[in-house]
Amino acid sequence: MLEILLDATVRAGTPILFATLGAIINERAGIINLGIEGLMLIGALSGFAATLASGSLLLGVIAAFCASFAAGSIHALICVQLRGNQIVSGLALTMFGVGVTALFGRGVVGQTIDGFERHAVPLFSQLPLVGKAFFNQDWLIYLSFFLVLLIWFFFYHSRWGLELRTIGENPAAADACGIPVNLYRFLAVAVGSGVVGIGGAYLSLAYTPMWIENMSAGRGWIAVALVIFASWSSVRALFGAYLFGGITAMQLRFQAMGTTVSAHILQMLPYVFTIVVLVISTRRLQKGASQQPGNLGLPYDREDRK
Amino acid sequence: MSLHLRIEKREQGTALFRSMAIITSILVALFVAGFLLLFAGVDPAAAYIEILHEALGSVYGLSETLVKTTPLIITGLAVSVAFRMQIWNIGAEGQLYMGACGATWVALFSGLDSSWMLPAMFVAAVIAGGLWASVAGLLRARWQVNEVIVTLLMNYIAILLADYLIFGPWKNPDGFNFPLTAQFGEAARFSEYFGTRLHSGFFLALFCALAIYLLMERTIWGFQVKAIGSNPAAARYAGMNTGLAIFLVLTLSGAIAGIAGFSEVAGLQHRLQHGLSPGYGYTAIIIAWLARRSALGVVIVSFLLGVLLVGGDSLQLSWQLPVAFAYAFQGLILFFLLASDFFINFRLRRVKEETHA
Repeated sequence: MLEILLDATVRAGTPILFATLGAIINERAGIINLGIEGLMLIGALSGFAATLASGSLLLGVIAAFCASFAAGSIHALICVQLRGNQIVSGLALTMFGVGVTALFGRGVVGQTIDGFERHAVPLFSQLPLVGKAFFNQDWLIYLSFFLVLLIWFFFYHSRWGLELRTIGENPAAADACGIPVNLYRFLAVAVGSGVVGIGGAYLSLAYTPMWIENMSAGRGWIAVALVIFASWSSVRALFGAYLFGGITAMQLRFQAMGTTVSAHILQMLPYVFTIVVLVISTRRLQKGASQQPGNLGLPYDREDRK
Repeated sequence: MSLHLRIEKREQGTALFRSMAIITSILVALFVAGFLLLFAGVDPAAAYIEILHEALGSVYGLSETLVKTTPLIITGLAVSVAFRMQIWNIGAEGQLYMGACGATWVALFSGLDSSWMLPAMFVAAVIAGGLWASVAGLLRARWQVNEVIVTLLMNYIAILLADYLIFGPWKNPDGFNFPLTAQFGEAARFSEYFGTRLHSGFFLALFCALAIYLLMERTIWGFQVKAIGSNPAAARYAGMNTGLAIFLVLTLSGAIAGIAGFSEVAGLQHRLQHGLSPGYGYTAIIIAWLARRSALGVVIVSFLLGVLLVGGDSLQLSWQLPVAFAYAFQGLILFFLLASDFFINFRLRRVKEETHA
């Protein structure tokens, strides 16, 4: 019973994990991206369509990354080069994603593919309790573990990561050190958006292998809130995403058991819980226990005197 | 010697320059959306002609456009009020649903006599919408919790709550198990005009625009809101209670959005049902952003987007386009508007760079 619940937790948490990781890469460079929800949908549809056309899941994931990378580049162009309002641009990206995927998704509604299958990791999958949940999963879930480590290593043990964090903290100082601020910011937004797209692809290639209009159902917004909970750290993002995976898994379990509580009320739980978590982590942030990038949300103009 | 492009700040453009930028953005967005339609197998020229013809080509079409313009004006005003203070209310959609729930509760269960029915529904909608938004207001004022995320997540909760009521306790007992509430009595309905679906809600929306204009431009509170919006630190030093103002402005914003829900159930649907709003509360964000500081601007932009929504509905019927396509178009308008802002605020100049001999 607990094993099944844990397994469902990991599977429900993975799309949110990818989305949160992508958002962290954005925000570390100092750019808020409220387009996560739209990017997930773009990733989900392009991944599904590419797999449907080619029969290859790998091509699907690559297509999801590239399509979201391209869509994220619009946000990057507006926020970085044109110094536009990041909140409006992000909302526009979400609207654009919802609309465009509804339009182009018409052709693939109702089609099915063979989604990602489980591959047990030898030895590890034999571990009691956690073995099945973490090491008898599909390749995308293993990719998410790898990404968590890679992003942690990148930000804390590589020169580029340090430079990117500097840009998020103080772009003027980074500029003075000769770091190409705009180039780094553009790449961070585009690559981060691509990672979000893989989260979308997880929905349409593994979680429920089909395309449903608006299938991300608010997960992108939960990810935006989780970035604050995770204090911009990829490792904490893992815990946050599984917390939400756990709530989703429990809620589905309750419904399956035929509880008398209305399904509509149960479906509210993840959103209510996100708000509670957001309040707690914001309060912690104010006590100085967190590491919000100093220049988050502000455009950088070399000629502005501060 | 080589030529370089330099980016320079320039003085704020004139109102004419800004209006031109808005119109250009919409036109460019239409052009790009045309390519999207082309890819989706729809002839964009035919589609655009159909939009104009359906929305403006007949008395019926025009009345339908005004019917759609009504909730857009009200929710647009709601978002723009908070906007004056640099507060983002992304939750007008949910507040609209809560307003509709409040009004429906009075209409179905209060048993009031006819003359008091509509005013009581109005008050219930205002309270429900206001309370819903006040949660975000309280969290933002007290602990600086990001109001964008809170108001947005509360949309999902509000829509689920409405669904719970429609599918559960408020379901019409004589409704053959359809997820609908019972129909409202005559006393709980707006009058309709010219034999069309145009209802009193439209005039209520115009009245709201006037009231907001007066509140913002002619009262001390409106002045404070604008002052806090343009420079919170200065406003605090001047002795203004910014926390209280944030709480009040978000509550007011939600209360206004609640009126839109009241207008939709009393004027159009005459019951509470699933899918009450096709995303008016999200479109409202664009309206507020496009109209910037003007209540009149909200009315004009709402009408333009109303045309688009009515036209979009007809495209849905004739070309099987999804309703959500309107969002793609709205997203594009915002992208181009943000890009045009750059050319309003900065100019590109070619400069000669001297090379040292």
